[in-house]
Amino acid sequence: MTYDESTAKQLSKDAAEIIGRYPVRRSALLPLLHLVQSVDGYVSPDGVQFCADQLELSSAEVSAVATFYTQYKRRPNGEYQVGVCTNTLCAVMGGDEIWRQLSERVGAGHDETTPDGKISLERIECNAACDYAPVMMINWEFFDNMTPETALQLVDDILAGKDLVPTRGADRVVSFKETSRVLAGFEDGRADEGVSAGAPSLAGIETAKQQGWKGQDK
Amino acid sequence: MTDLTPVLSATWGLDRSWNFDTYAAHGGYEAATKALTMDKADIIQAVKDSGLRGRGGAGFPTGMKWGFLPEPDGGPRYLVVNADESEPGACKDVPTMMASPHTVIEGMIITAFAIGCDHAFIYVRGEVVHVYRRLMKAVAEARDNGWLGKDIKGTGFNLEITVHAGAGAYICGEETALLDSLEGRRGQPRLKPPFPAVAGLYARPTVVNNVESIASVPPIIAKGVDWFASMGTEKSKGMGFFSLSGHVKRPGQYEAPLGITARELIEMAGGMREGHELKFWTPGGSSTPIFTDEHLDTPLDYESVGAAGSMLGTRSLQIFDETTCVVRAVERWTHFYKHESCGKCTPCREGTYWLELIMRRLEAGQGTMADIQQLLDTCDSIAGRAFCALGDAATAPIISSVEYFREEYVRHVTEGGCPFDRAAAALFDYDSAPEEAHA
Repeated sequence: MTYDESTAKQLSKDAAEIIGRYPVRRSALLPLLHLVQSVDGYVSPDGVQFCADQLELSSAEVSAVATFYTQYKRRPNGEYQVGVCTNTLCAVMGGDEIWRQLSERVGAGHDETTPDGKISLERIECNAACDYAPVMMINWEFFDNMTPETALQLVDDILAGKDLVPTRGADRVVSFKETSRVLAGFEDGRADEGVSAGAPSLAGIETAKQQGWKGQDK
Repeated sequence: MTDLTPVLSATWGLDRSWNFDTYAAHGGYEAATKALTMDKADIIQAVKDSGLRGRGGAGFPTGMKWGFLPEPDGGPRYLVVNADESEPGACKDVPTMMASPHTVIEGMIITAFAIGCDHAFIYVRGEVVHVYRRLMKAVAEARDNGWLGKDIKGTGFNLEITVHAGAGAYICGEETALLDSLEGRRGQPRLKPPFPAVAGLYARPTVVNNVESIASVPPIIAKGVDWFASMGTEKSKGMGFFSLSGHVKRPGQYEAPLGITARELIEMAGGMREGHELKFWTPGGSSTPIFTDEHLDTPLDYESVGAAGSMLGTRSLQIFDETTCVVRAVERWTHFYKHESCGKCTPCREGTYWLELIMRRLEAGQGTMADIQQLLDTCDSIAGRAFCALGDAATAPIISSVEYFREEYVRHVTEGGCPFDRAAAALFDYDSAPEEAHA
């Protein structure tokens, strides 16, 4: 184990809290892997060993799980995980072209990270926002109704060190590591930021209102 | 024209709709208050009588699923909410949890009480961090307001809710794969039987319900079985989300009685984009065989969609106009299924690999006429022979697209390329001349 003393102490404290949420220890493995990513920026060999020690598993058992899930990264990840949905609907609506231009500008392909460690690019699968197509996700926050221009602007903003503001999400995109900590189940106090819903989510209730349909209001 | 019936989405437009106070000010937690005074068996009977069927795609009667739990034996029983929304086209559970997470929490409280569960889980896909924030906050608020913890509202009922983030795997939407994942394993489906009701999470009796199914429980309890059953058709009761995406003017969430038609929904969505016409659409996500304009008047209920050769699924209408190449669309879905195949069973693992290779060369204009038949033959080796429904799903878009658009596959072969201009299908203008970079 090569974590320094204070990191190891914090990790153990967090792990105990995570394990405490479940009736059976092993259920803590997925959040523990997110936790490891929040410290190392990927699922490091040290992180694998840490999870194994915490849950009394072998490192092979932990690796077998970590490699099954696409959100766990096997190499140091960029500060910003930039995903372009290229599943059918987003691809057809323009996602393929957004990907082409973005990949060219960033100089990286799928699952590749820029040498400066700023950006990891990914062709992502459907992220449950088809009514906002074409969609991008940056550190798993929603960027809706994208065009090549708005997509390239985001990359420019990352490189210029500016904050990114998701369409539906927190007031600004936090780093990949900070995002991973939230996914490990640690609140960051940003739940009240951002909108409740975008226009497409409200399309039905707006239509009902315009038509004077009383509907079945709760 | 069928009226829309916003129930679950009714409060989404309110300021800070996700907060406990907003939810409670609009009737929230009244159903839970009522349920805690009811006999548990009566709650289960009410959900059975309502006719509510699982909103996650399979359409299994929700109350019956609860009724399958064995008699209490003193050991734990679990409720797991399937919030792993990942079906291409499905985009209803994520906005529900973003805008109104308490709808789900309240439904969980009622369900857990009814089935005798004191620890429930929400398994939410990991790729939506803000949804996860809202859920965690909602759980904390519910606890602060006495709706979670020990001796809830003085009834002696205890409940803890753990919100659990997945890590990117479509297959975890399959309920037994979800349970394996929640147990800290690779998300691979289990052999059934035993069904989760008998041996689910940690081999204990478990109910797994979709977000929208659970969110539909409070209004059923608050407003009554008759109210719910007054909507929909004879065998497909109630309201549900219809998620419209693609080449319509106003894509979005339209909450309507089951049995509404795509023609009505597309009209509500402002029609197809200007100057274009409908070509094909999915009634329930990419796993359901595609439909064309001849199915516009098919009532979108379980029976009618099934009789017309597809499935209601998650009511995810992905709508494509005449600029869209169906071979390209299906090639990309096929890539998805190959990518998401968990590898447990041979027909799906190997079959989706070959399907993608064949689809890719067809779309690139490098296929042969024999490839079209090979596609169908390979589908025949997967459908009905895979361990879970993912294998069947992978074949659905292929078989249905060849059925309705065989001549388009043929054109790719005879013309040695895709006859469509990709730029015409996009929502923005660009020069489609540069070669596409495929990573």
